[in-house]
Amino acid sequence: MARTPQKSLFTADLIVPAIGDAFRKLDPRELIRNPVMFTTAVVAVLLTVLLIVGQDGLAVGFKIQLVLWLWLTVLFGTFAEALAEGRGKAQAASLRATKADLIAKRLKGDGDRYDSVSASALRVGDVVLVETGDLIPSDGEVVAGVASVNEAAITGESAPVIREAGGDRSAVTAGTRVISDQIRVRVTVNPGQGFLDRMIALVEGAERQKTPNEIALTILLVGLTIIFLIAVGTIPGFASYAGGSIPVSMLAGLLITLIPTTIAALLSAIGIAGMDRLVRFNVLAKSGRAVEAAGDIDVLLLDKTGTITIGDRQATEFRPVGGTDVGELAEAALLASLADETPEGRSIVVLAREQFALDTTALPAGAEVIPFTAQTRISGVDTGGQNGGRVIQKGAVQAILKANPGAGATTAATELRRITDEIARAGGTPLAVAVDGRLLGAIFLKDIVKAGIRERFGELRQMGIRTVMITGDNPLTAASIAAEAGVDDFLAEATPEDKLDLIRKEQQGGRLVAMCGDGTNDAPALAQADVGVAMNTGTQAAREAGNMVDLDSDPTKLIEVVGLGKQLLMTRGALTTFSVANDVAKYFAIIPAMFVALYPGLGVLNVMGLASPESAILSAIVFNALIIPLLVPLALRGVTYRPMSAGPLLARNLAVYGLGGLVAPFVGIKLIDLAVTGLGLA
Amino acid sequence: MTLQGWLLIAAFVGILLALTKPMGLWLHALYEGRRTPLHAVLGPVERGFYKLSGIDPNEDQSWRRYAVHMLAFNAVLLALTYVVLRAQGLLPLNPLGYGAVSEHLAFNTAVSFTTNTNWQSYGGESTMSNLSQMLGLTIHNFLSAATGIALAFAFFRGFARRSATGLGNFWADMTRVTLYLLLPICVVYALFLIASGVPQTLAGSVDVSTLEGIKQTLALGPVASQEAIKMLGTNGGGFFNANSAHPFENPTALTNFVQMLSIFVIGFGLTWTFGKAVGNTRQGWAILAAMLTIFLVGTAVTYSQEAAGNPILHSLGAAGGNMEGKDVRFGIVGSALFSVVTTAASCGAVNAMHDSFTALGGLIPLFNIQLGEVVVGGVGAGIYGFLLFAILAVFVAGLMVGRTPEYVGKKIESREVKLAVLAIAVLPLMILGFSAIASVTEAGLAGPLNKGPHGFSEILYAFTSAVGNNGSAFAGLTANTPFYNGLLGVAMWVGRFFIIIPMLAVAGSLAAKKHTPATAGSFPTTGPLWTGLLIGIVLIVGGLTFLPGLALGPIADHVAMIRGQLF
Repeated sequence: MARTPQKSLFTADLIVPAIGDAFRKLDPRELIRNPVMFTTAVVAVLLTVLLIVGQDGLAVGFKIQLVLWLWLTVLFGTFAEALAEGRGKAQAASLRATKADLIAKRLKGDGDRYDSVSASALRVGDVVLVETGDLIPSDGEVVAGVASVNEAAITGESAPVIREAGGDRSAVTAGTRVISDQIRVRVTVNPGQGFLDRMIALVEGAERQKTPNEIALTILLVGLTIIFLIAVGTIPGFASYAGGSIPVSMLAGLLITLIPTTIAALLSAIGIAGMDRLVRFNVLAKSGRAVEAAGDIDVLLLDKTGTITIGDRQATEFRPVGGTDVGELAEAALLASLADETPEGRSIVVLAREQFALDTTALPAGAEVIPFTAQTRISGVDTGGQNGGRVIQKGAVQAILKANPGAGATTAATELRRITDEIARAGGTPLAVAVDGRLLGAIFLKDIVKAGIRERFGELRQMGIRTVMITGDNPLTAASIAAEAGVDDFLAEATPEDKLDLIRKEQQGGRLVAMCGDGTNDAPALAQADVGVAMNTGTQAAREAGNMVDLDSDPTKLIEVVGLGKQLLMTRGALTTFSVANDVAKYFAIIPAMFVALYPGLGVLNVMGLASPESAILSAIVFNALIIPLLVPLALRGVTYRPMSAGPLLARNLAVYGLGGLVAPFVGIKLIDLAVTGLGLA
Repeated sequence: MTLQGWLLIAAFVGILLALTKPMGLWLHALYEGRRTPLHAVLGPVERGFYKLSGIDPNEDQSWRRYAVHMLAFNAVLLALTYVVLRAQGLLPLNPLGYGAVSEHLAFNTAVSFTTNTNWQSYGGESTMSNLSQMLGLTIHNFLSAATGIALAFAFFRGFARRSATGLGNFWADMTRVTLYLLLPICVVYALFLIASGVPQTLAGSVDVSTLEGIKQTLALGPVASQEAIKMLGTNGGGFFNANSAHPFENPTALTNFVQMLSIFVIGFGLTWTFGKAVGNTRQGWAILAAMLTIFLVGTAVTYSQEAAGNPILHSLGAAGGNMEGKDVRFGIVGSALFSVVTTAASCGAVNAMHDSFTALGGLIPLFNIQLGEVVVGGVGAGIYGFLLFAILAVFVAGLMVGRTPEYVGKKIESREVKLAVLAIAVLPLMILGFSAIASVTEAGLAGPLNKGPHGFSEILYAFTSAVGNNGSAFAGLTANTPFYNGLLGVAMWVGRFFIIIPMLAVAGSLAAKKHTPATAGSFPTTGPLWTGLLIGIVLIVGGLTFLPGLALGPIADHVAMIRGQLF
């Protein structure tokens, strides 16, 4: 897997443009999207105006500093967002370079001649010819031919992949290059809606819409802002009762420190950075909503093959029945598997050669291969006249018995069923072999569970996530592998409909389900799942149905995707808690400073021992502003994420961000106060 | 402070904890509409009532319908009381021949009793006829309490039900709570009070000769019946102006203790009912633990402050605790505890003058109300108010476990957050906004008797009490003026119903959601961590908002006292 190298957060080429963007984002039309920062900006404008026309007895130098820090607070917020976007933009720029000036060979009606047009002229339904060395001009589906395609432009993986008409590898992506042969591709998207376009829009943050969680959080922040507006707005009335008045700049200082500027400033940066992390991980989410949903997942449906076990099952033993010689079984199995290019088929050939010194390397002349079909679930060979015209069948035990009804009642069949159970219980898959309707025996295919996968499932269980293994195996085999791998449940002999039903059932129970898939028949389940990760090697239908696409086509990644979703939510929660907890110290900094002139005794509330009312307010404002850039790295990187159950996780995060948020500003404001006083700023 | 004092507090809490589950079970039976032993006797009454009024108790009402019926019911009651008070002079059962109650006072009083506030701008025995007391006021003591509990039931159903549209039936909830809970307890309770010396008569007054040989007129009336529901329903509006400090309302130390218990008992029970309703009683205990912690800290502060007394008086040679404004029947602990209980629970009955407490001792009652009357709180209102804070707490911290926040199996999303914030923002808006208005207007400034920060505390307390639907008075504020009667009336109405409507909307939205089963990854809403978090959110969101006001009121008052200045 080639990952985009992790860029350092603070390099000059990211920071410099971000500073410019920070100022551009002061545009009120854009600022209003973030009501808390908008409020801050309005207060900053108000104080700027008052600085020029107002007169409230406070030193001008103090007021100038106050206004300056208020503007900085707003700018730090816009800077954080600009920086997060900047990282995506750099990535988008390189993607865009790929996309520039794609030329399409659009086929004419007769299907032979073509004219060269710009890719932007292509429409859904057009068929284009792509030859060796050409860039594929648009997302589409291969309708004829087979070719090897280099998809490094989008996946970063330089090894070519095969794309062919029909089957599960028919989807191609714009901007990838055909490196051998030629294919005809039917265009499936209109210009501007392709995969690459979506990817560019996503990483740039241009199309970013607030996710449901982000909207709810924004509402909470607006609510808190309103509550604090009331708290501060009524102070002049109270002060007038006490026979005094409070300068507007002091009230403004209190308001801005109390409203949750910290989390508001970082909120969109957190969201953009979360998407960005996913993209760097070579997973493309079609919406932010999907990323959030990933954090909420309760059930993971994992395909056994490739995720839980290494893809290839290995033949390990021949088990003859009905007195058949084991050598005869091995020979028949070998013949039946010679044309079988699957890893299982090849392993049968290897086993037969090694154990029985068989050296047949090719089918006899005139032999006819019986191809595997989903209906019969049997493959094999008809050796034709030469060898006495044997028909050798190899397939699932049930399928073989069904195809040879005559053999069902024999003692060999009884023995076969017993052996089948034995193999299944040992976690293997039996393949039955029959010759001309006579049962010879079974081949023991063994599944190899991936190293370390058991521990991963243990972690998931701790996080409250149930794993369900999906397999086409029979229930006994499935149970054995499930136990070995440590999954919580399994779905054996699974058909696409079974998968869909399982997802629906879990969802009806209020659980969120994630799965990955690649084939066309996975599409309904991918669409039904709350998080459906389609493999990039999969069909166009699967890629359309899922809400994420894994460019590396690695089904194991589903687990990491859940982790990234959780990390995004945790980062938001942590910074919100931190921001709210900060308010306690800010109250204790500003309230005594504000009221000490009215009631000198209220100096006792100045628990931090801040030097003067002016320095107290200035220190609180400075702390409030500086905390934003200080937390930008955390917002962009995300909080440390370790898989554990919610209780300890909450305890840990509450201690760090809740208690930390309570204590940090007391220390910070005191230190700033010392600096401010030492420098003679207030 | 004495050991005896702490033992009293410990016994108080111990008895309540023992009563929590039985009361919770009883409430849960009513919540589910199950048969209780009392149905044998009162069942026909319930059914007869439905038949007479044409109500179908099984009709499942949407939150909107529930809200509309509840509002209409309260509006009618409000109008009825207003008319009774205005027409008092023309109506019977008026042995002392009182005339009509003034417009603004009638408005204020009608709102006050409808909203379970029972703020009293008047002296009961010198203003209200027996008919007014019984028909105009006592009836509200039952119905406003029942409304609160019914609303809590509706809110519980929002959490408990899955993919549902209805929240239950308002009329059935009201009838069951009144008939099977409030009335039976009050009958027994009133008999106990009568046995303890509380009058229950329709006579107006009696003339007695005192030991000094002076003739004195003692006001009498149906006191015991009103007293019982006044406490049990966290109403707090006394028959007499002196409220529970009056020997005819609260004659002995024992009645004082039972009165305190009865203020809390339904509130405690409802936390258990909530847990049971959502399928895990530990959920209820966690909430109770948070409430109890805030309550005990408050009690400790007030008790220690009152027991420590006033250093200025000490320097003048008057040793001991602060007994000013307290009755020797109850002593310092009986008064301090009562004040914390009555303010924590939105009751508002008083057995001592909170105005005469030390500054910090009096800060706790004020702060209790400002938290939104959620520390146990008014019957029903306390738990639904607290659950709104729980929603906020879940939302703020819940994200930290990396999931969309959930509470008792319901996802908390933007609609719930919006409505919860709306409900919670009503408190500071009304309390601080109206206090600020009173602080800058002539009519407002005419109210407080005292100068300086103490006078400000009096204003702040009045609006806090009104918006929180507490009804206790700090005293020292002349509130029977068009300005205060009007403004406080509005404050009480808004403080009650502008929280209820968003709360019901939250319930409706939650009921419609699916239930998310709890897993090891779910945010834990039981246990000490959650309790601590709840306390933190209640204090930071509910409490800190009032710090500026508190600083200029009781805190300034306190520091001035330390510096030797009294107001």
